[in-house]
Amino acid sequence: MNIQTHIEETVMPVPSASPTPIIEVRDTQVFYGEKQAIIDVNVEIEPNAVTAFIGPSGCGKSTLLRCLNRMNDVIPICRVEGSITLAGQDIYAPEVDVVALRQKVGMVFQKPNPFPKSIFENVAYGPKINGLTKHKLEMEEIVETSLKRAGLWEEVKDRLDQPGTGLSGGQQQRLCIARAIAVQPKVILMDEPCSALDPIATATVETLIDELREKYTIIIVTHSMQQAARVSQKTAFFHLGELVEFGTTEQIFSAPRQERTQNYITGRIG
Amino acid sequence: MTDTVDIRIPARSPRHRSERRFRLYGMAAIAVSLGFLALMVGSIVLRGTGAFQQAFVNIEINLPANKIDPDGTGDPLVIKKSRFGSLVKKAMRERFPEAKSRKEKRQLYKLISATAEYGVRDTVVANPKLVGTRASLWVRASSDVDMFLKGNISAEVAEDQRRVSDLQLGWIKDLHDKGQIEKRFNTQFFTSGDSREPEQAGILGAIIGSALTLLVCFLFSFPTGVLSAVYLEEFAHKGRINRIIEVNINNLAAVPSIVFGLLGLAIFLNVFGFPRSTPLVGGMVLALMTLPTIIIASRASLRAVPPSIREAAFGLGASKVQTTFHHVVPLAMPGMLTGSIIGMAQALGETAPLLMIGMVAFIVDLPGGVTEAATALPVQIFLWADSPERGFLEKTSAAIFVLLIFLVLMNLIAIVLRRRLETRW
Amino acid sequence: MACMLDPSIPKQSIVSDPTSIAITRTSNKDRITDLLVRAILILCALIAVATTIGIVASLLLESLRFFQKISIFDFLFGLEWSPQTALRADQVGASGAFGAIPLIVGTLLISAIAMAIATPLGLMSAVYLAEYASKRSRNFIKPLLELLAGIPTVVYGFFAALIVAPMLRNGGDQLGFEIASESALAAGLTMGVMIIPLVSSLSDDVINAVPQSLRDASYGLGATQAETIKQVILPAAIPGIAGSLLLATSRAIGETMIVVMAAGLAAKLTLNPLEAVTTVTVQIVTLLTGDQEFDSAKTLSAFALGLLLFLITLCLNVIALRIVDKYKEQYD
Repeated sequence: MNIQTHIEETVMPVPSASPTPIIEVRDTQVFYGEKQAIIDVNVEIEPNAVTAFIGPSGCGKSTLLRCLNRMNDVIPICRVEGSITLAGQDIYAPEVDVVALRQKVGMVFQKPNPFPKSIFENVAYGPKINGLTKHKLEMEEIVETSLKRAGLWEEVKDRLDQPGTGLSGGQQQRLCIARAIAVQPKVILMDEPCSALDPIATATVETLIDELREKYTIIIVTHSMQQAARVSQKTAFFHLGELVEFGTTEQIFSAPRQERTQNYITGRIG
Repeated sequence: MTDTVDIRIPARSPRHRSERRFRLYGMAAIAVSLGFLALMVGSIVLRGTGAFQQAFVNIEINLPANKIDPDGTGDPLVIKKSRFGSLVKKAMRERFPEAKSRKEKRQLYKLISATAEYGVRDTVVANPKLVGTRASLWVRASSDVDMFLKGNISAEVAEDQRRVSDLQLGWIKDLHDKGQIEKRFNTQFFTSGDSREPEQAGILGAIIGSALTLLVCFLFSFPTGVLSAVYLEEFAHKGRINRIIEVNINNLAAVPSIVFGLLGLAIFLNVFGFPRSTPLVGGMVLALMTLPTIIIASRASLRAVPPSIREAAFGLGASKVQTTFHHVVPLAMPGMLTGSIIGMAQALGETAPLLMIGMVAFIVDLPGGVTEAATALPVQIFLWADSPERGFLEKTSAAIFVLLIFLVLMNLIAIVLRRRLETRW
Repeated sequence: MACMLDPSIPKQSIVSDPTSIAITRTSNKDRITDLLVRAILILCALIAVATTIGIVASLLLESLRFFQKISIFDFLFGLEWSPQTALRADQVGASGAFGAIPLIVGTLLISAIAMAIATPLGLMSAVYLAEYASKRSRNFIKPLLELLAGIPTVVYGFFAALIVAPMLRNGGDQLGFEIASESALAAGLTMGVMIIPLVSSLSDDVINAVPQSLRDASYGLGATQAETIKQVILPAAIPGIAGSLLLATSRAIGETMIVVMAAGLAAKLTLNPLEAVTTVTVQIVTLLTGDQEFDSAKTLSAFALGLLLFLITLCLNVIALRIVDKYKEQYD
C-alpha cells in the first residue's frame, strides 16, 4: 500500500464556508473525582466530515469523545460541566434519553469487541433492540447494507451464521463498524479504531472511514498523526486536558499557530 | 441529512418500562433474600432472648438444724447430704395450705422445678448460718410456669389443652400479686450442661465440647493445610502429580459433609477403634473437612508474596527450605490464618458429620477432655429442636443465638486480622 | 517463581578460609534436613489424597458387604424402601426392602424445589449486584448475602421445621390444600434460601468475567442496561452460570441437616411437593444414629447410600468445575 499517494488523495481543502455544526461543545469541564481531565474545551463538529482528536496519551481526547455519547455515565465518579449539544439539543439535559442518544451517536472501540454471537446477529443486534424493523427480510437487508458499507460483505456473505469472534482483527473491527452503522446513527465516534490492527487492516479501515464520511459525521481519536493527516478534514490538538488548537487538518499540519502544536507534530512533546 | 435528531425520552416507551421492570426484579430478588435472612434471624432472636430469663418463685422455707446439721458442724459435706426436697415441698404446702388432696399437692409441687432443691442446697452450703432459721429464698420455677409467665401458654385455651391447670393459675396469680414470682437473668443457662428439664438445661457443656472439637480440628488441619499449600505452591513441580492433587483438593471441597462423617465412622471408629462420641474423633473428621478450605486460602496467600522476596533470599545464599520458611511463609501467615479462621467457623456450624460419629448422646456432665464423650453446640441445637417440651423451643433459639454470636465473632476476627496484617504488594 | 532456582541445589557454604571459595555441595546434615522437610511437606499434601482414597475405600468396602446381602439391582432399581429389619428372624418381612429409587426421587424433588427458588433469586441478585448496584450498596449487600451463607444448616433446619412448615400448612389449609407438615416444599424452600448466596456469588464472579468491552459495545449501540444484560452479558456468561448451578445442585443434593429436621422419614415415591418425602441423607442419618449392630444390612445400607451420594455429587462437581474452568480461560 502506497501511503504517500493515499495522503495526497485524502487531505483535501475544506470548503471555506462552514456548515452549521452538528455537535457543539461549550466551556466543557470533565472531572474524575477530584482530578480535572478536561479544562474549558470549546469545539464545533462539522457534519459529514471526519474530525480527528490528536494529542499525547492522557491528554483527554478519549475522555471528551466518550462524553459525546455519554459513555462516561458508566463511570460513577465522572462529572461533566458545561454544555454539549447535538443538533441544538443539550445532551446532558434531564429530558434526554441516553439510550436514544447513543443510537444517534454510535461508537467504535479501540479493541474490536464483537459479541460472542454470529456475524449476522452481531449486526442485527442494534436494529433489533432499537425496534428498527420486525420483519426478517428487512432485517436481512439492513444487515447486508451495513456489511456492504463497512466493506465486509464480500468476505463474509457465505458465513453469516459463524461467530463474529472467528474473524481476523481487521475484519472484526469492520464488523464493529457495520454493527454501529446498522443502527443508522448520525455521528460515529471512533476511539483509536486501528490501534489493535496490523498495517494492512489499518489501511482498509482508513479507506472505509473516508467513504463513510458521505453519510455520517465521524470523530476519530488517534495517537497517530499520520492517520489524522490521512483521514480527517478537521483536527483538534489536545494537551493536558486543554484544547490547544483546532482547525483544518491541512492548516494544523502545515502551519500550526500554537507553539505546543508545532512541538507535538514535530515530535518534541508526547 | 435534514431529518431531525430527537434524543428526548419518549413518553411511554416499552423499552424503558422493560428496563425499569428488570431493575426492579433485581432489587426484589435481593430484598426477598435479605427478607428471609431478617425473618430467620429475627424470629430466632425474638424467641431466644426469653431463654436468658427464668421465672423464680420466692418461698419461706424452714431450715431446721436438727434435720440439716444436727451437730452444728457447718461442714458442707454434711449439709449436702440433707434432704432439701422434702423441706421445699413443706414450704410450698405452708404457702398454699388449701392444697389438700394428693392430686392438688402434686400440682402444687409442679409449680417449681424438680431441681429447686439443689438450688436451696447450694445456697445453704454457701451460707451455713441459715441453718436453724426460716429463710426467704428464690427457687427456680418449673418450665410450665416459666412458659406461662413468658406468654407462651395462654390462659384462654381450654384447661385440658394446656399444661397449666386452673388451680395452678390461681396460685401463680396469688404469687404474682404478692411479688413472690419474678423473671431473673438465667445464669444457669451459661453454666451448666444439658438436662432433661428445660428450666435446668444449659449450654456450657456444648460450648466446651465445641471448643475442644475445634481445638483438635485446628491442631490437625492448620499445620497439614499450610504445609500442603507450601508444598504445592513452592516445592512441587508443576507436573501431573501436582495436577492430580489439585483436582483432588477442589473436589474434596465439594464433597457433602455427611460423607466425611461416614469416613470417620468407618475408619476412625471401626478400624482404628478411637473412642466414640468424643471431641477427638469429631475434631479429626472436621479437620479433614476443612483441610481443602485452608489449603486453597493458604495457596492464594503464598501466591500473593512477590517473587522478589524469594529472589532476595536466594541471592543471599539461602536454601529453598530456608527461603520458604524464613521469608515466604511468615509473610503469607496473615492470609493463612484468616483462611483458617473462616474454615474453623464453618466447622463450628457443622452438624451432620458429628451425628455420624455419635456426638449426639445426652450428656449432662461438662466434658473434661478430648477423649470424653461430649456434644457440640450445633448438635445440642439439633437435639433440643427435636425435644417435644415447650421449654426447649426457647432454649434452642437461645443456643442458636449464642452459636451465631460465636460465628460472627470468628468472622469479625478474620476480617480484622486481614485488615490489620495484610500487606498490599 | 517457585522454580526459578533449581530446588535440588542446597545452600552454598560460607567457609572462613579466605583463600578458598567453596561452592561445592554442603554437608550431609544440611542435605538430610532438606530431604526431611521435603518428605514432611509431601506427606501433608498427600493427606488430602489419602482422604479421598479413604472415603472411596470405606464406602466401597462397606457397600460391597451390603451388596453381598442385597443385590445391587434391587438397591438401584427397587421401588420400595423400608429398612426396618424385624426383631426376630421368624417375623414376617424380616429382610426389609432396600430399593433406593424413592430416596433418589425424594432427594431430587427437594433439590429441584430448592433450585427453582435459588436460581432466579440468586441470579437476579448477582445481576443487580454486578451491573446495577452502586459501589456503596454493593459493599453493604454482599456481606449480608454472605451472612446468609455462613449460617449453619442446623439453623435453617430449625427455621424450616418451626416456621416455614407450619406457615405453609396454615396457608394450605386456608386455600383448601392438604400440605403435610414435613412436606418436600418446606424443606426445599428453606434449602433454596440457603443456596441463594452460593448461586449469587458464583454467578457474580462469572458475570464480572465478561469483558467490559462487550458492555461498551452494546451501550454504544444504544442498548439499555437490561437489553445489554439479557442479550449480551447473560448469553456470554451462560456456560459459567450453568457450571455454578451444577455446583449449587450438588450442594443441595448433599445437604443433610435441613432435610433431617424438616423432611419426612417414610419413603414415599411421589413427585407431589406437598407430600412428605425422604432423602438419601435423611436415611443415612436415621440408619446410623441410635443403637446399631454393625453387620446388619440395615446399617450397611447407609454406606451404600453414602457411596451413591458421593458418586452423584462427584460427577456434578467434576462437570461443573470443568465448565467453569473452560469458561474462565476463554476470557483470560
